[in-house]
Amino acid sequence: MTQLAAARDLSPLRLGLIGSPNSGKTTLFNALTGLRAKVGNYPGVTVERREGSLNLAGRQAVVIDLPGTYSLDPISPDEAVVTQVLAGEIEDVAPPEALIVVADACSLERSLLLITQVLAKEKPTCLVLTMMDELAARGGSLDTQRLEAALGIPVVPVVGHRGQGIRTLRERLTDPEAWSQPQILPPGDRAALSGWVDSVMTACSAQRPAAHALTERIDRVVVHPVLGSLLFLAVMLTFFQLIFAWATPAMDGINEAMGWASEAVRNAVPPGLLADFLADGLIAGVGSVIVFLPQIVLLFALLYLLEDVGYMARAAFVVDRAMARIGLEGRAFVALLSSFACAVPGIMATRTVPSPRDRLVTILVAPLMTCSARLPVYALLIAAFVPAENVIGPIGLQGLVLFGLYFVAPLAAMTVAAVLRRSLLPGEGMPFTLELPSYRMPSLRLWLSQVGGSAWAFVRRAGTIILVASVVLWMLLTFPRTPAPPDLEPEAAAAYALEHSAAGRIGKAIEPAIAPLGFDWKIGVGLLASLAAREVFVSTLAQVYATEDPDASLREAIRADIDPTTGRKIFTPPTVAALLTFFVFALQCTSTIATMARETNSWRWPAFAFGYMLALAYGFAFLARTVTAALI
Amino acid sequence: MKSNFNNSKPAIRSLADLLPGETGRVAKMPADNSVGRRLMDLGLLPDTPIRALRRSPLGDPSVYELRGYRLCLRRADAATIQITLDKLSP
Ligand SMILES: Nc1nc2c(ncn2[C@@H]2O[C@H](COP(=O)(O)OP(=O)(O)O)[C@@H](O)[C@H]2O)c(=O)[nH]1
Repeated sequence: MTQLAAARDLSPLRLGLIGSPNSGKTTLFNALTGLRAKVGNYPGVTVERREGSLNLAGRQAVVIDLPGTYSLDPISPDEAVVTQVLAGEIEDVAPPEALIVVADACSLERSLLLITQVLAKEKPTCLVLTMMDELAARGGSLDTQRLEAALGIPVVPVVGHRGQGIRTLRERLTDPEAWSQPQILPPGDRAALSGWVDSVMTACSAQRPAAHALTERIDRVVVHPVLGSLLFLAVMLTFFQLIFAWATPAMDGINEAMGWASEAVRNAVPPGLLADFLADGLIAGVGSVIVFLPQIVLLFALLYLLEDVGYMARAAFVVDRAMARIGLEGRAFVALLSSFACAVPGIMATRTVPSPRDRLVTILVAPLMTCSARLPVYALLIAAFVPAENVIGPIGLQGLVLFGLYFVAPLAAMTVAAVLRRSLLPGEGMPFTLELPSYRMPSLRLWLSQVGGSAWAFVRRAGTIILVASVVLWMLLTFPRTPAPPDLEPEAAAAYALEHSAAGRIGKAIEPAIAPLGFDWKIGVGLLASLAAREVFVSTLAQVYATEDPDASLREAIRADIDPTTGRKIFTPPTVAALLTFFVFALQCTSTIATMARETNSWRWPAFAFGYMLALAYGFAFLARTVTAALI
Repeated sequence: MKSNFNNSKPAIRSLADLLPGETGRVAKMPADNSVGRRLMDLGLLPDTPIRALRRSPLGDPSVYELRGYRLCLRRADAATIQITLDKLSP
């Protein structure tokens, strides 16, 4: 090896990967770097930062996967990231020394516009043409050598998912210093570009491909006015049902395994604080992270499958008009739908929304959707306090109440979205644009890496916050430890310890604030504990009321509870109405807060969401209490 | 529409008025604002042939074919783009 080459080896070559969405950029990134991508965030924006390393004949290189974009003329701060990275304007992110533009050979004509903007950066640039197989299959062709001559830069044709052409590409990448550069730059004025594009297309003797026949045929059904709508409903129902139904057994299994692990720890470690911490704090905390994985993996498995096949864009196309009513767009629909199962994967699913403001509005309203963790709370309160009588025919009052609670949530989400749109977060002057890609056979490798990457990103980024939050909550519920009088039964002793813990004291401290809703300190403790996860409300109440069985005996206990000062029942119908309403609106979920913080890359928006939802919860709970009191 | 409308010249309309199946050419793009620039970067340059494919089941947006790909635009955005309508083939 020459001395020069040895010196170059010291600092890795930085290559920037630029391309529009659907160009095959991710596939190429994976083919070049394997699965060793480092994922993070760019400071201050919601854009994911991905880098992967590769070894080019002894020379180390780093590929920076820049977010997919049609243009280098940014409209939003998120889009500006690409230009800022290229210019080296982001701290700690060294600018790429050479650029790789990825373009779908079937729509080269359009990609030439992005290429002109990249060439204007005057860095060594190379063009990778993907989908060469599809171009040939559709009867199109182009002469890549003439294209090299016309553009003045290296052009490498590949078939990304089969790895064809990757070796040639790697060879070309070793030496960007030697790449040819254009003699004259394309016109910078957009008005003059049409002629330039035509001349390039002629110069490389491009035969434009015929329309993708299969796509035409499928679309006749998939976006057909009637069949398309029915298919949309069917796909979304199945999607929702699968996340809801398939994830439940796995989640139950995880909960069981965690219970078993706690048990094992209790058997191995002498009783005391350490055993309590391990069993109730740490293992429960780890469990509260893992328990989300079935839903997240399932959601992303389905989402990326539909995306890779090409259906997601059609779904957005079909539903866009309805979403436009609330100031959002078609691509936000799936995220909101997923939030009915759980807001955590729902918020993660907003990544498919390209407009940063649309995405933020979707993230902010997603937790209003009735997630599955609210169900145990609804179930307990409805079973305990709503009479099991039929209202009309076989329709029972309990079912009606549950339906109402479900129904009010999306209404609230839509209203809040529309309000946010008109006030805090108006549109950013970005047209709604959506590409309908050709239908494709999904690639298993790409799909696995997408699903695995999302699950891992959740564990690594949100998981750590969730774990810390659960341990902190456990500490609040445990310390300070006040020894119970010796003659108490174990359940009563646990209730005594809870009452004297920090959480118990906080519950008493906030009692004046929640008294207008009819809540006493015990409900306050439950609300505090339910921040770990809403369903914890039920088990905490069970502990407060010193009952072992959270079902029947807890129902009895809360029904019978009497306020010692007034001598009246605590859980009166108005109080129950207020409590149910409170759970409809309040953001009682640290996991959601953590995910929001990660996805928006700031604590400001989760704080905002927590605040507005608390205000709604308090206001409507008060209203519900007053109205119910007036009615009976 | 201008009063000196001349039948021998191709009619100018907005892209939003292009019916599914009809083809035309981009005549004039909106002023040099962010929306106009973005649409041009998506390939909607003056003189670009464009074909309306179909409408969404709810009537809006519509999908167009241009420069080898399919792009959906909402009516409001399409209305800012002026096109000349191709003569119907006999
Ligand atoms: N036929 C064909 N399909 C490809 C090629 N490269 C990628 N794909 C497929 O095109 C789709 C989009 O690819 P992806 O890498 O996700 O594109 P991105 O949106 O630019 O990251 C996926 O279904 C890929 O499997 C290729 O060279 N030929």
